[in-house]
Amino acid sequence: MRAFAWGMRSVTSTVLTFVLFATYIGIGALAHDTHFSLGWVLASTALVWAGPAQIILISTLGSGATIVQAAIAVTVSAIRLFPMVVSVLPMMRMPDTKRRHLVLATHFIAVTMWVECFRLLPQVPRERRIAFTHGLGIGLFSACLVATAIGYALAANLPQLFGAAILLLTPLAFLLSTAGNCRQLADILALVLGLALFPLVSMLHTGVDILISGVSAGTIAYGVHWLWERG
Amino acid sequence: MSDFFGDWNALLVLLLAGFLPNEAWRMLGLWLGGGVDESSELLVWVRAVATAILAGVIAQILVAPPGALASVPGWLRYAAVAAGFAAFILTRRSIFAGVICGELVMLAGKWWLG
Repeated sequence: MRAFAWGMRSVTSTVLTFVLFATYIGIGALAHDTHFSLGWVLASTALVWAGPAQIILISTLGSGATIVQAAIAVTVSAIRLFPMVVSVLPMMRMPDTKRRHLVLATHFIAVTMWVECFRLLPQVPRERRIAFTHGLGIGLFSACLVATAIGYALAANLPQLFGAAILLLTPLAFLLSTAGNCRQLADILALVLGLALFPLVSMLHTGVDILISGVSAGTIAYGVHWLWERG
Repeated sequence: MSDFFGDWNALLVLLLAGFLPNEAWRMLGLWLGGGVDESSELLVWVRAVATAILAGVIAQILVAPPGALASVPGWLRYAAVAAGFAAFILTRRSIFAGVICGELVMLAGKWWLG
């Protein structure tokens, strides 16, 4: 229980909480402007729990796309969650940990949680890490639900410039927090190559551009790391 | 209750097009990644791929911006992120300084453009 409270307190230790708060004000406002109900957008924050996916979902549905088109766009954007979960869960696991103990922690994993887990979990004793992650997740969750409701209520009064500023927060915060977490050569190369490859691959208009550029950039980065270790 | 959530169709759409696509990837990660050892080389590769996919998401938002961000010209979006990154490096990795600096450059640019 102490580890849970520690995790919740850690929410205030990172500037990413404020970035996320502002982003969810933006998502609440976007949902209002595209005529979704407050309950719907709150449910989307709780169930989807991934900012870019919610922005894609709301804007594609709002622009009159079909469910299938929206689902495909969201599925592609959500692929990153798979390697994130695979890389972060081993930090929480004990030899006797069952998979079902990790289900809630897995649901909480999104970019901010992934970055913060890598930063904070090494300071937490291993047996308390799941409770800590639950605390951190619930803390961020509550903040984002409040922000979603605030954004929904304010929507009509927000100028376009504010919307642009909020949408710029996501790439800025993702870039800087990922750069801050780069420990190995492979991480740095993956970030740089991933940024450089996407604009090239996107010219092919495959529909899964992010997957192609991500897997190739990540694999090249790993290959260089592998050669470096052995050279 | 139905006023709060809107019609049930909308909630069904949320489950099918929002919740399932995200949760499926997470649970697949839990299921397949459950037995990977923390110090294994495989994880270095998986983390590199996660980082590179995230970099792709960042690049996508900048190259093909959603909503109101499209009203900011491309050179200004790139300049704002570059300025944010420079501030981040100069302040010995302060995310706060980097985010504030990037936002200020974007707002100043928009003000200057009129």
